[in-house]
Amino acid sequence: MNWIAIGSITDIPRRGARCVDTPEGKIAIFRTADDQVYAIDDHCPHRGGPLSQGIVHGAAVTCPLHNWVISLETGKALGADEGVVRTIPVKVDGERLFLALEALASRAA
Amino acid sequence: MTEKLVIIGNGMAPGRMLEHLLEKAPGRYQVTIFNAEPRVNYDRIMLSPVLSGEKDYEEIIIHGDGWYIKHEITLYKGHKIVVIDRQAKTVTSDHGVSEPYDKLVIATGSVPFIIPVPGNNLPGVLTYRDLDDVRAMMLAAQSRAKAVVIGGGLLGLEAAAGLNAQGMDVTVLHVMPTLMERQLDPAAGYLLQRAVEERGIKVITKANTQAITGNGKVEQIELADGTIIPATLVVMAVGIRPNAALAKEAGIAVNRGIVVDAGMRSNDPDIFALGECAEVNGMVYGLVAPLYEMARVAASQLAGDEAAAFVHSDTPTKLKVTGIELFSLGDFAEGEDRQEIVLRDAAAGVYKRLVLRDDRIIGTVLYGETGDGAWFNDLKKKQTDISEMRDTLIFGQSYQGGAPLDPMAAVAALPDDAEICGCNGVCKGKITGAITAKGLTSLDDVRAHTKASASCGSCTGLVEKLMVLTIGDKYNPATVQPMCGCTTLGHDEVRRLIKAKGLKTIPAVMQELEWITSCGCAKCRPALNYYLVCDWPDDYADDYQSRFVNERVHANIQKDGTYSVVPRMWGGVTNAAELRAIADVVDKFEIPMVKVTGGQRIDMLGIRKEDLPAVWADLGQAGFVSGHAYAKGLRTVKTCVGSDWCRFGTQDSTGLGIRIEKFMWGSWTPAKVKMAVSGCPRNCAEATCKDVGVICVDSGYEIHFAGAAGLDIKGTEVLGLVKTEDEALEHIVALTQMYREQGRYLERIYKWAKRIGIPEIKRQIMDDADKRKAYYERFVFSQKFAQVDPWSERVSGKDKHEFRPMASVGFAEAAE
Repeated sequence: MNWIAIGSITDIPRRGARCVDTPEGKIAIFRTADDQVYAIDDHCPHRGGPLSQGIVHGAAVTCPLHNWVISLETGKALGADEGVVRTIPVKVDGERLFLALEALASRAA
Repeated sequence: MTEKLVIIGNGMAPGRMLEHLLEKAPGRYQVTIFNAEPRVNYDRIMLSPVLSGEKDYEEIIIHGDGWYIKHEITLYKGHKIVVIDRQAKTVTSDHGVSEPYDKLVIATGSVPFIIPVPGNNLPGVLTYRDLDDVRAMMLAAQSRAKAVVIGGGLLGLEAAAGLNAQGMDVTVLHVMPTLMERQLDPAAGYLLQRAVEERGIKVITKANTQAITGNGKVEQIELADGTIIPATLVVMAVGIRPNAALAKEAGIAVNRGIVVDAGMRSNDPDIFALGECAEVNGMVYGLVAPLYEMARVAASQLAGDEAAAFVHSDTPTKLKVTGIELFSLGDFAEGEDRQEIVLRDAAAGVYKRLVLRDDRIIGTVLYGETGDGAWFNDLKKKQTDISEMRDTLIFGQSYQGGAPLDPMAAVAALPDDAEICGCNGVCKGKITGAITAKGLTSLDDVRAHTKASASCGSCTGLVEKLMVLTIGDKYNPATVQPMCGCTTLGHDEVRRLIKAKGLKTIPAVMQELEWITSCGCAKCRPALNYYLVCDWPDDYADDYQSRFVNERVHANIQKDGTYSVVPRMWGGVTNAAELRAIADVVDKFEIPMVKVTGGQRIDMLGIRKEDLPAVWADLGQAGFVSGHAYAKGLRTVKTCVGSDWCRFGTQDSTGLGIRIEKFMWGSWTPAKVKMAVSGCPRNCAEATCKDVGVICVDSGYEIHFAGAAGLDIKGTEVLGLVKTEDEALEHIVALTQMYREQGRYLERIYKWAKRIGIPEIKRQIMDDADKRKAYYERFVFSQKFAQVDPWSERVSGKDKHEFRPMASVGFAEAAE
């Protein structure tokens, strides 16, 4: 698998997120309190809210628009809500972060 | 045929006896109770939380009026029995009611000991015994500033903490060298004294009171060493003595208390005594556990079980002062045949001491961390040989045999006969058995069926853990609405504990208050962040990751993920230069929508997040600062043109509005705060539907609050009329600070006011100048740290990462 370097884990605050701009939209990269890193589309399955702007708790994020809670591991809405957002493989090598290239390319193609 | 049972006194002991009796011999007796207090049976142990304001009287009632009706018991409230005629077998009350008896139970309790010094009968000298005393203290706390509590024992310290919580300046006088010397060794007494002093309560030990003096009421206390302490309220809490006078007059054998045998029977076989007035085997008792044991025995005897007998047992002592953990049990005096194990952790404020004899625990003092109290109590009760685990004994149950247990596992590991509720002598097996057998799902149910945690309540946490262990998710924890799914605590408890335990970070709150989740959720984190910002303005570092996005990026997120920006226009006043700057910004950044807000300022909508710092930079050049239109904080102060322009204006409403806004901007509040100032009662600024509003009148400024014009519509309440602009500002600031300190996160002022009560708010802000001043000063202090323009900070580079993408990935890279 090919990986694209997107920066360092230290670029993202703990319990926070940053975005990576891609041709088909933003991908939100999350860093949890215990330094797990996840990548999902920055687009809530409910009304398209920017998930990267939400409050990160455990391995989940609460959407800033209407408080849907999305699992960072599976991309699925938690609780009573139903919906799923695409997850993108992300690799941590030391401090450096890589996004899975093929996942992007396949979408771009 | 039913026999007539008369009970003199309606405290906790006879109340419990009746419960047992109704269970063991229903219908055997026709019961009549005479209560000198004009009320039903309530939990006297919980008076301290009532005094500190943590509970209401209604919450501590054990048997409501309905209970007496249901069981066909006649209760004479406010009737004091003055005569027992043993020949005629009747009692007579001070209101002239006579009642014959077949069996009589005397439960007259105790009377507080009044130290024999001059002035001990002056108005302002109180004891701490019943609800009337508590009400008198709470009343005194309203208007009087200085209180002295004589007695540094359990009761005295609880009284002191309660009065302190009511806002009084409290000094404790204790005649011995260390506090609670009957329950604590000197080391623990010292730690306790330090903790008490940290709350702002002064402690004077070896204090020998010589006189209480004053002109018609208490003014000061004089000590034997010549020290003079000013005081307007004196509470005597130096001890109690059995109230046996009535029995003595009736010719019943009385020593220290009413002498009874192990069956609670006096020397008159038809007369029983129990509770604090009874003396059994030469001992009198004041803690609830032995009194309940007496109740059980007396009920059995009355039901015909003549074998029932009272057996002495040691009772653990706990102090009911929020934030002070203390446990003491048994005998801890030093002696040649005894060894001790001591653990001190000064940094954590923990002190533990076990006193051993022949490898068995005979006494325990725990301070700062009392979780193992139940386990040590169990080891002592069973006289377990501890030689095998001696090295790790003091570290508690979790260290015995392998890895430390979490609190839940520690409870799971307790044996079935381990005592959980000391007050009521309820063991683990009885609780779990009742939960399973009766299908109990709420704490109240468990209390009703087992009595566990139904008295002092300090074992509530243990009982709740047992419920979770037994029924898991079916446990329905709270009548209090918890903050969120991460905790069982409600907002008020969390706020109280943050202050009481001095918790200054979100991880500390979650650790100490046993959050269920590792890092909270989107509900509790912003709330905790606000509480910490409010309570520790100088110490706490704002946790941006716990703020909702609007407060993190200082703009309002819109449905398409863009933001809107509202600069401050003080009092709604602007000028050509400002308007020109806004117009330029709108052109430069191609801002699609410009809108005048309801709060008299201008909103620019549709700004891309990346552009925010540049927009702010340009606005800042023109002198604009953030309008906090996104904040749970002060938003706008809307004004009319007032006496400067309006022919009806009575005061400079515009000037006052601007002054308030400049004074209060930047402050965080539980929910948004919108204000307005109208220059006359025509009220063009619509001040009477705002969180806080002012209506100017000829004679001054009428301050309004608790209005709403959103989800709910509600006109304001009048706080009061003040004469000058300075006073208006002070009152408004104090009111806001009171709300900041007491409001629940996201609770608007009108909801908070409804919960607290308008009269109480008026009392604190309008009538109590000291309190108002103190609120005002705390607000001013916190503003030192709050009045920083967040926009200019970000223009200077703060939180850069917020406004830039981490990386951009093009097609070329993706295709490589």
